[in-house]
Amino acid sequence: MNATVPVLETQDLTIRFGGHVAVNKVTCAFQPGTLTAIVGPNGAGKTTYFNLISGQLAASAGQVLIRGKDVTRLPASARTQRGLGRAFQLTNLFPNLTVFENIRLAVQARAGAGLSLFTLWTDRRDLMHAAGVILERVRLADKRETVAGALPHGDQRKLEIALLIALEPDVFMFDEPTAGMSMDEVPNVLEIIGELKRDASKTILLVEHKLDVVRSLAGRIIVLHNGALVADGEPAEVMASSIVREAYLGQDFEDA
Amino acid sequence: MLSRVLSGDYPRSPILTAALLVILFALALAPFLFPGAQPLNVAAKICVFVLLVASYDLLLGYTGIVSFAHTMFFGIGGYGAAIVLSRLGPSWSALALGIIAAIVVAGTLALLIGLFSLRVRAIFFAMITLAVATAFLVLASQLSGFTGGEDGLNYSVPEILRPSFRLFDAPLFGTVVNGRIITYYIVFFAALAGFLLLLRVVNSPFGSVLQAIRENEFRAEALGYPVVVYRSIASVVSAVMAALAGFLLALWLRYTGPDTTLSFAIMIDVLLMVVIGGMGTLYGAVIGATLMTVAESYLQTILGSLGKLGAGAGIPFVSTLLSADRWLLWLGILFILSVYFFPTGIVGKLRTHWLNRKNKALQKRSGSASNK
Repeated sequence: MNATVPVLETQDLTIRFGGHVAVNKVTCAFQPGTLTAIVGPNGAGKTTYFNLISGQLAASAGQVLIRGKDVTRLPASARTQRGLGRAFQLTNLFPNLTVFENIRLAVQARAGAGLSLFTLWTDRRDLMHAAGVILERVRLADKRETVAGALPHGDQRKLEIALLIALEPDVFMFDEPTAGMSMDEVPNVLEIIGELKRDASKTILLVEHKLDVVRSLAGRIIVLHNGALVADGEPAEVMASSIVREAYLGQDFEDA
Repeated sequence: MLSRVLSGDYPRSPILTAALLVILFALALAPFLFPGAQPLNVAAKICVFVLLVASYDLLLGYTGIVSFAHTMFFGIGGYGAAIVLSRLGPSWSALALGIIAAIVVAGTLALLIGLFSLRVRAIFFAMITLAVATAFLVLASQLSGFTGGEDGLNYSVPEILRPSFRLFDAPLFGTVVNGRIITYYIVFFAALAGFLLLLRVVNSPFGSVLQAIRENEFRAEALGYPVVVYRSIASVVSAVMAALAGFLLALWLRYTGPDTTLSFAIMIDVLLMVVIGGMGTLYGAVIGATLMTVAESYLQTILGSLGKLGAGAGIPFVSTLLSADRWLLWLGILFILSVYFFPTGIVGKLRTHWLNRKNKALQKRSGSASNK
């Protein structure tokens, strides 16, 4: 594969809601083996930018490219099949299915086994086993038969991450993975993201508010403000720039 | 072995298991247990409706699609049999042609409706199916040269399936095994096979995706499942099974008309059967179809005799209320009560009941263990 072609790229990516431009001509490329944190104040367009990349929203203008191929017109499922994986900020699970079934559905999607109508899913030992491994990895093994809707918030966040890991994507998109988690659960999640980061073939995008988290994980920070990309670079460099201080970091930065 | 046949999907409640076994044996031995034309007619209708309702539950209960076009596919099966038998004569090859044509037409139509309209919101999809089904009903009653119009079609079936045919010279267990009984068993086994096939589909990887779509369509799409494709395939499977059910009914009745297959009264019956039995549980289709069909067939008779008793005792109001013509009122009351007391259907209620009992027993055991 040509190393100069980024795994994921957006060119002039724009979405308008009526007169409001939520994401404004964002051009950015992401290379394998990097973790990029996307920061910005509330309403800066971070989650909207994610939705445009993973296909939950359709762009008004601009392009999304996966390995140089234009996917702007493709639905979310097709982008997932091409290697994008997305975890959601507001927990977004299958509430009446068990924890195990939730993970198995993701494993099954990855294996492309969804269209077999006449085999029993319990006969797919390989998928069952893979789901079991992920269950252990996110430390939810004791909740295996609990329905997802009945889990405490922290465990739902873990399951959300489990679904993303089960997809084995090339690009991991985390949207505030530690939001609403108790302090003792956060290190667990950071550890999982840290493990993923060590794999040089994976690209990680992380929307995060906590600056200590960003600083410990990210090799690069991009800053969105009013839907536009206002800064892009190494953490120290970005945090020092005056435009970022004014736009967003301000007192947060001083505190951190 | 049993686990393979049932696709690992057990009833999960002793009362439900017992009820299902009673229904299975009663239907399997109906010609010998309940002699006479009327009971056999009810039994055959139950078989057909179990399959029809189960195929509808694949859409409504498992995938979360509301469609009003299900009787259209039922009708396609029925008219498939009726048209070939009345045009080509009562031969087996005509029947084979009929079922193949019905399956192809039903499947293609379901696929087209699905691909064109399953991407719109659920309420609009429901309306589109309503429009298509209405158009089909009008078409079936207007194209009278082809479908017999409002009068429908009468036709004969192959000789072995006629009442005059005798399989054995002597009666078997006191019952003469004639062509009607052979037809009944064709209906019974075809419905059973269709039901077990549906049970397999809902417990396959595909079936689990359908449930995921019902639970959270947005996330299913994000996991890489193209929701429209899955929904369309589900409606094709459902339509083909409904066509098979219609074909079986046509074979049984030797008559097909708008009232036996296409009418909205049947659509409403199917909805009621799914809801009463329990959405998202195929066993609910068995319970719902059996209860409703028996109630519809015998409520009138029972009410009639009760009403006469009331009249005999000289209580005027009771006799009016219990008159045979009021059976729909009582059916309605039964429906309201069952939805009120069993919102998850009879099967859902029985399963929760059994689960709670098991959990209580478990707690007791662990409680007494920790006390020691």
